[in-house]
Amino acid sequence: MKLEKGIPLIDQHDENGYWGGKFGGNQIAESLIYPVEELTREFEKLRNDETFITERDYYFKNFVGAPTPFIKLENLTKHLGGAQIYCKLVSKATGGAHKAYNAVVHSLICKRLGKTYIGGDTGAGYAGKMLSMAAAKFNLKCKIFMGAKDVERQSINVFSMRSYGAEVVPVNSGSQTLVDAVSECMRWWTSENEEAHMCVGSTVGPTIFVKICAWSTAQISREMKKQVIDEFGEVPKDMKLINCVGGGSSAAGFWNEWIDYDNVELIGVEAGGPEGSLKHAAPLTNDSPIGVLHGATQYVIQDDQGEIEETDSISAGLDYPGVSPLHCFLKETGRARYTSASDEEAIEAFQLVSKNEGFVSPSLEPSHAFAEAIKIAPKLSKDTIIVVDSCGDSAKDSKIIAERLGYKI
Amino acid sequence: MTSSTLIKSFERAKEDNRAALLTYTVGGDPDKKTSLHIFKSIAESGADIIECGLGHGANIGDGGAIQDSTYRALSGGIKTDDIFEIIEDFKKDYETDVIIMTYQNKIMAYGEEDFLKKCVSSKVSGIICVDWPWPLNLDFAKKCKENNIVFIQLLCPTTNEERLKSILNDAHEVVYYISMLSTTGQKLKVSSDEIKKRFDLIKKISPDKKCIIGFGITADTINDFKDTDACVVGSALCREITRSIDDELNPATNVGNMVSDLKQKLSS
Repeated sequence: MKLEKGIPLIDQHDENGYWGGKFGGNQIAESLIYPVEELTREFEKLRNDETFITERDYYFKNFVGAPTPFIKLENLTKHLGGAQIYCKLVSKATGGAHKAYNAVVHSLICKRLGKTYIGGDTGAGYAGKMLSMAAAKFNLKCKIFMGAKDVERQSINVFSMRSYGAEVVPVNSGSQTLVDAVSECMRWWTSENEEAHMCVGSTVGPTIFVKICAWSTAQISREMKKQVIDEFGEVPKDMKLINCVGGGSSAAGFWNEWIDYDNVELIGVEAGGPEGSLKHAAPLTNDSPIGVLHGATQYVIQDDQGEIEETDSISAGLDYPGVSPLHCFLKETGRARYTSASDEEAIEAFQLVSKNEGFVSPSLEPSHAFAEAIKIAPKLSKDTIIVVDSCGDSAKDSKIIAERLGYKI
Repeated sequence: MTSSTLIKSFERAKEDNRAALLTYTVGGDPDKKTSLHIFKSIAESGADIIECGLGHGANIGDGGAIQDSTYRALSGGIKTDDIFEIIEDFKKDYETDVIIMTYQNKIMAYGEEDFLKKCVSSKVSGIICVDWPWPLNLDFAKKCKENNIVFIQLLCPTTNEERLKSILNDAHEVVYYISMLSTTGQKLKVSSDEIKKRFDLIKKISPDKKCIIGFGITADTINDFKDTDACVVGSALCREITRSIDDELNPATNVGNMVSDLKQKLSS
């Protein structure tokens, strides 16, 4: 399996939609073939359409708030000693996370398709929140599928979605988390695809959804590349980009522009779950078997019967048993390294970063990435630049973190 | 040969001047023993072909009723080997053909070759795999053929004519027409006439292939499909299992009664 230089990562799949001939694809019911082909044609047309790009950039800049800050974490760097730690503060994007990029692009595509109804899945609630936000702006009727357990633990985001006029459907099947929300959303689209468009909230699902999502989040690295050159005058000789990986949309966008730079190390941090527990949400780190989930071939946490196993993570946004085919491909080609952080390490990282930096208060998802940065920074020299994607703000996790730390709010 | 028995089931129904009746229930629902009784009761009540679901929790095509059945079977600890045992036991006493309907990850996890070996030894006649579309399924379909198992290709209302022709060209002797865009068990949202129009188109392209019509067919509409090759009732039966369990009644008897009624409606 080989990565090609000079070709966007999202385009390095074969005619059947498999990256490395193996990961991704369109393993979907016959009833979804037509809408997937229709969407594929439309997206390939739009990504080369200048008016569409102008429109996208307009909304990214004026509504999502691009570019988000790129800052040095002076206090954390000093505290840890070793590598210099920087942060791409994607949590400053409107809505508090990177999910707005994909939501805006899907809403614009929905309109171009002449459809007035959009549906999507959500785990932590960010994808659902941003999609409902964009749907309200673009006058689209919106339906969000969310695992019943997530509805409970991410009630702040659920409130936002309902405020934007979206219908939030709690999914009670299976583990009642993101995996079931995605299944239910795909079932809904199977019935409604003549009238409605589906937005998959991460770089998972059939190939076209992986592509659209990564193409949208690529904004993160596109703007960051300029910021890095402004800061250092060139691309640093030794740079490490650390990002959490659940479905993988944030990491795919954070790394996109850097894939061809051999001196830039890409480190993905999955959810290791509670310390001492056998449950986790880290299929890449733990070499889970390859299987088919939500229409695509990927590493997926499953038992010997092919049944998807329950994952466990304090972070709802990383609580997904599969992982993007893009990351399976980056792992297999050796381009990115994947590891995991436990719930406890993530909480500690959240505390350390918040206490030292104030302006940066990562949600539980990027706290996993910070945990890895905290682990490796002291062992590295000051010539090494670590950039962490702080892709979500902790506000939505206040209840969980406070409870964990014994505060009553 | 296994495959020819499947065709004979269609031909026998044709001799009766009706479409073949297929039933869908989830194997192992609510447990192994009851599931076998349900299959026997279905066969004795006159079903021509039994579709046995090898349920998958993360399915993307099942409606609520079938999801409930799948959940019961899986949470009861049913494994793929249990499904093969149920079918093997059933086939010891009954000639009725059995088709497995499942999802790709179940086959992958078992191993394609081993799965097919087990299909042969337990006398499975055909396989439907919901999330393994043409042409990605062609290698597996070929392996099925080598083992005399019919791999049943799926078609739907939005399969365009070019694709339809290509699929039919590669298809084995039986295909399955998903009558509407939905998951299983939803209300029929297209007219019986529209469905039959598509059925006629399929038969015009491939007169020799038997075409099963599925999704949304109930006791109220089944007679409309009398002159087609075959139709499936699934969700109504799964719901009947749920109802029987809730009311502490015998699901095998109740499902059997329902199948007799469907058969009668299809024959009248």
